[in-house]
Amino acid sequence: MASYILRRLVQSALILLGVSFITFVLLFVLPADPVRQIAGRAATAATVENIRQQLGLDQSFIVQYGRYLANLLQGDLGRSYLQKTDVAELIWSRLPASLLLMLAGIGAELAIGLTLGVVAALWKGKALDQGLMVGSFVAVSAPQFVVGLLLLYVFAVKLGWFPIGGYGTAAHLVLPAVTLGILGSGWYSRMMRSSMIEVLRADYIRTARAKGLGRARVILRHALPNAVLPIIAMIGIDIGIFMGGIVVVESVFGWPGIGQLAWQAIQRVDIPIIMGVTLVSAAFIVLGNLLADLVAPLIDPRIRLR
Amino acid sequence: MSANDKTAGAAVPALPQSVLSVQGLTVSVPGQDLVKALSFDLAKGETLAIAGESGSGKSITSLTVMGLLPPQVQVTSGAVQLEGRDLLTLPEAQMRQIRGGRIAMIFQEPMTSLNPVMTIGAQLIEAITAHEALPRAEARARALEALTAVRISQPERRLRQYPHELSGGMRQRVMIAMALALKPDVLICDEPTTALDVTVQREVLDLLHDLQRQMGTALILITHDMGVVAEMADRVIILRHGQMVEEGAVAQIFHAPQAQYTKDLLAAVPKMGKGEGAELQISVEPPIARLTDVQVRFDLRGGLLQRVTHRVHAVEGVSFDIRAGETFALVGESGCGKSTIAKALVGLVPHQGRIEVGGQALNALSTAERRRLTRDLQMVFQDPMAALDPRMTVGDLVAEPLLIHGLGTPQERAARVAELFAQVGLPPEAMQRYPHEFSGGQRQRICIARALALRPKLIICDESVSALDVSVQARVLALLGDLKRDLGLSFLFISHDMAVVENICDRVAVMYLGQIVETGSRAQVFGNPQHPYTRRLMEAVPVPDPAHRRPPLPRLTGEVPSPIHPVGQGPQRVLLEDIGGGHLVARADAQSQAAA
Repeated sequence: MASYILRRLVQSALILLGVSFITFVLLFVLPADPVRQIAGRAATAATVENIRQQLGLDQSFIVQYGRYLANLLQGDLGRSYLQKTDVAELIWSRLPASLLLMLAGIGAELAIGLTLGVVAALWKGKALDQGLMVGSFVAVSAPQFVVGLLLLYVFAVKLGWFPIGGYGTAAHLVLPAVTLGILGSGWYSRMMRSSMIEVLRADYIRTARAKGLGRARVILRHALPNAVLPIIAMIGIDIGIFMGGIVVVESVFGWPGIGQLAWQAIQRVDIPIIMGVTLVSAAFIVLGNLLADLVAPLIDPRIRLR
Repeated sequence: MSANDKTAGAAVPALPQSVLSVQGLTVSVPGQDLVKALSFDLAKGETLAIAGESGSGKSITSLTVMGLLPPQVQVTSGAVQLEGRDLLTLPEAQMRQIRGGRIAMIFQEPMTSLNPVMTIGAQLIEAITAHEALPRAEARARALEALTAVRISQPERRLRQYPHELSGGMRQRVMIAMALALKPDVLICDEPTTALDVTVQREVLDLLHDLQRQMGTALILITHDMGVVAEMADRVIILRHGQMVEEGAVAQIFHAPQAQYTKDLLAAVPKMGKGEGAELQISVEPPIARLTDVQVRFDLRGGLLQRVTHRVHAVEGVSFDIRAGETFALVGESGCGKSTIAKALVGLVPHQGRIEVGGQALNALSTAERRRLTRDLQMVFQDPMAALDPRMTVGDLVAEPLLIHGLGTPQERAARVAELFAQVGLPPEAMQRYPHEFSGGQRQRICIARALALRPKLIICDESVSALDVSVQARVLALLGDLKRDLGLSFLFISHDMAVVENICDRVAVMYLGQIVETGSRAQVFGNPQHPYTRRLMEAVPVPDPAHRRPPLPRLTGEVPSPIHPVGQGPQRVLLEDIGGGHLVARADAQSQAAA
């Protein structure tokens, strides 16, 4: 087990190295010039050149990337070009908000998706099942900014149940979390439905019924844990999708997380922040997958990690 | 009109001590009756066998008694009474108390009948507490008692284990323990040993027999295996297409069957003999295939650097010849390596040692030469449904090997396919249809036609008749015999079934844990079995004769040893000794180790 985790962590470090390289290349070949953004339109050529030298952006790709890596290994993510603050500090201060949103989003996604999937499976072929599956299709197809704005309009503007935007109370969390979770809940309800239908046909379900167990116990104790097994690996992959969603949702709801930070940085070509947020997101995706793989054997005793 | 009226005269009058009574039962899916007007009584403590081939309605009958029919299947008329209470009209809440409490059931597939994510203990305890409000500790004690009663080794430890940690035989014992923990009045066993190895089957049958006698439980045994019926049953019902064909005491059914169907069914059952029958003239031609000291090992990796730490010694030092025109059988229980040898022969798994086909060593061939050679070797697998692509017509499936090897024009191929269909006894119009439109036996004929397409020299049959009903099995075996005679084919026939092997093979090798422990002609091995493992396999086969008294079998202690060894170590090789005329037997000093 320990050797498994160690091996996976080494793999993770290699993945992050690859991510840093690809992102760096993409930002290097970007036609937008960060120095122009910093200096402003009125700056003279000399000032521009001066800033370029200060930031080391006049040097070759290899030198720039090497320096970035060297700093990274010491835990230094660089300084923001425009905000003149430490990127690590900036991300660190905004991370809790994003993590909270992500956990709430996963919670919303699972709560909605799994429940509806089980309900659809139990009412297989009936009108309820068909209605839910159409709904799941809509949920999967709707763009997040549309869903976000729609929820915002109905529940915040019209009904006034939740605040329009911002951060602080549980009420602030509801709409962004649901917006983030609704896409995935469409996937999960479909997967859970087919998984549940398959499990309900399994021999051990027949055995459970033959013992004289009640329907509720057969479904909750025997079918559900088995049906949920294939879903667990998906949650790890989901964190990646969520990292993309967070940029949209945080912007729509004015949520002070790293998604908003990234969005602002992209608009201003603030390369150190873009790099930092990308790496932190990648780290979360990698760790999320590792976590999902570590949880799997706790639920499914047949899985042995080697 | 009710079916009750129709069958009232035919129904056997209820015996005074009858526990379960089924009267005029008709079970249907829309448009078809699965069980028609079936009536029978089950007396306290008796064993009633319901025997029949697939589609006879025997499993549907048992599910009806349990109240576990799938939603689309409906009881259209009749009654099922447990000591006078009609189960079919009972509310679900009360039926639940009967299920598992008064009537318990054991299913065919021990591998999939237990919940994989719950411990054995949790599943046993749950079965007990569903019917009796016991404190947890007491329920656990009852569960332990039940496991002890089914003679499972280390019962205390089993409670904490998960199903995948147990072998098939142990899982079936757990199922029996679960069913008998509450001392039900009726136990329904639906093909309880069909998925098990023959020696394990023997033990499970013995166990069921002993427990039934101790507890006085009435047993309904659902089976297709007439050998099992003969050994277990007091009374027998023969079902066909949902209708009772014959009912009677076991001795009467076997010794004086009335219905023609019963006679046919009994005639189709392969029986163990003493290896009598004509010997095949030994061919002077060079062998079709020759295996010399063949090994197949699979690496198991572990640790931080994923180095190979253990190896599965699936096949260890196996040597034999397959001669032109003969059927060579490999027989043994699951995990003995017999299928791995077939895979090595056709190049699906890498091997060490030497495999020659038509005089050429496989490992020395280039990919193209190997491809050419595969035309001489074809396989027929166990499950014909899984082996046929459901989206292709069977004509295209049979033509495919010709297409792959680029043989013939489309017209020539069509003519060849028609010829093949005729050879395996299928009408030419069948070519346009899809696999799901055929029965199991017809599908296996299609697989055989496909194997014949390239005019191979050797056909490997890997459990090819094991999934078929006995009457179908007999016909497919006869077809294989005809093909061998007419086309001069050789067969490598792989099976776990000693009776089938004895009926079809010319020579045989008995495998145990990756090695051959005994080999020789049919007469030598079946007429004069020398190795204790061969004898145990033969004695474990249920004999379709209720008068037959089996010699008591020495109890097996523990499980079959593992073929997994650390790197650098391996199993001890058995040494084969010729005891005359090519009859090779593992030497006595190695025997104890091989069979322990």
